[in-house]
Amino acid sequence: MIQIDWWQLLAHFVSLSLLAIGGAISTAPEMYRYLVDQQRWLSHAQFTSSFAIAQAAPGPNVIFIALLGWQLGINSIGAGAAHDWVWALWGLWGALVAMLGTLIPSTTLTFMTARWCHKNRELLAVRAFKAGMAPIVVALITSAGWLLASTPGENTQAWRLWLVSAVATLVVWRTRIHILWLLGAGAILGWFGWV
Amino acid sequence: MGDFAAKGQVIMATKRPSSCRDLYWSFSVLALQGFGGVLAVVQRELVDKKQWLTREEFVEEWAVAQILPGPNVVNLALTIGDRYFGVRGALSAMAGMLSIPIVIVLTLVALFSSLADMQQVQGALRGMGAVSAGLITASGFKLMGALRHNPMGLTACVLFFALTFGAIVIGQIALEWVLLVLGLPAIGWTFVCLRAAGRQK
Repeated sequence: MIQIDWWQLLAHFVSLSLLAIGGAISTAPEMYRYLVDQQRWLSHAQFTSSFAIAQAAPGPNVIFIALLGWQLGINSIGAGAAHDWVWALWGLWGALVAMLGTLIPSTTLTFMTARWCHKNRELLAVRAFKAGMAPIVVALITSAGWLLASTPGENTQAWRLWLVSAVATLVVWRTRIHILWLLGAGAILGWFGWV
Repeated sequence: MGDFAAKGQVIMATKRPSSCRDLYWSFSVLALQGFGGVLAVVQRELVDKKQWLTREEFVEEWAVAQILPGPNVVNLALTIGDRYFGVRGALSAMAGMLSIPIVIVLTLVALFSSLADMQQVQGALRGMGAVSAGLITASGFKLMGALRHNPMGLTACVLFFALTFGAIVIGQIALEWVLLVLGLPAIGWTFVCLRAAGRQK
């Protein structure tokens, strides 16, 4: 059982919320420093497995923070210290605190900015911002795909993964086939160890 | 000069969500297809299939969602929801993006966290990761078409695209710096082009 100060935890997530330019993932190193190194509310293994599981599950990457919160909630009561449902309730409480702290500041800012931009969309400066950012934004998306395709480079089968990414790119770009068929094919190839 | 006047005018989408419920379920469905990120699915579902947004509108909204702090796809959902149904729409779209994925991921950890160590499961995740990288690259390729009518002109677009791609992939420079060092000149140049086009009208 670990003593967790929920107000401090909430304040931590709130303070990181407005720094998360490029997505909630970009503040993960700071979360690690605070939660694992400084406060010792989470273990290294708990932090990294939360990250891996959230990557594997469907949905936006930010749900990894819900998993951190869940883990914190369970640590605060101590695994096995209570009946199953009490244990899960603490997990849910932790997930709620983490997600609300992370989302409320950034979504409020986005909501107000997006509204202002839409209301003033005829303004030269707003049009220049949106049109001027367009080539940069498209390049960021393309390079995100490129970087993701090249991350698993450590293993010897890297070229096969590259091939899967390249084929998926071509198929999605040129056809209207449903994404789930491609993901399924990728899962089968990986399950049998072909990639 | 007719050509000049048309430049920089964004082509608007003709279709729209029918209700907050439609928003919630549409965003749930697309979030559930997003293994390793939702961006590619958002582009495919909302632009290619449902046609709530044109490519040009998508790129513009994404510019705002990207530059503001917070999870980009959640920011985008919020913006689209707000456009059609105000605060209720924004909350519906956000709830759609997050609620079912969170329930699934928490159920997975609560019940099957040991499964993740299986070699076959890790392989399947690796395969799916490679596919989803391809999905994102393809989204980038498709959105390039949106640059054709950009008021800054095709040459400037290609230049800023190449510099950004090079800075991120080869230079591995942090996003904030890329946005600042390349974003400001790009916006400034577009401002000059738009003003010049406005005078010529």
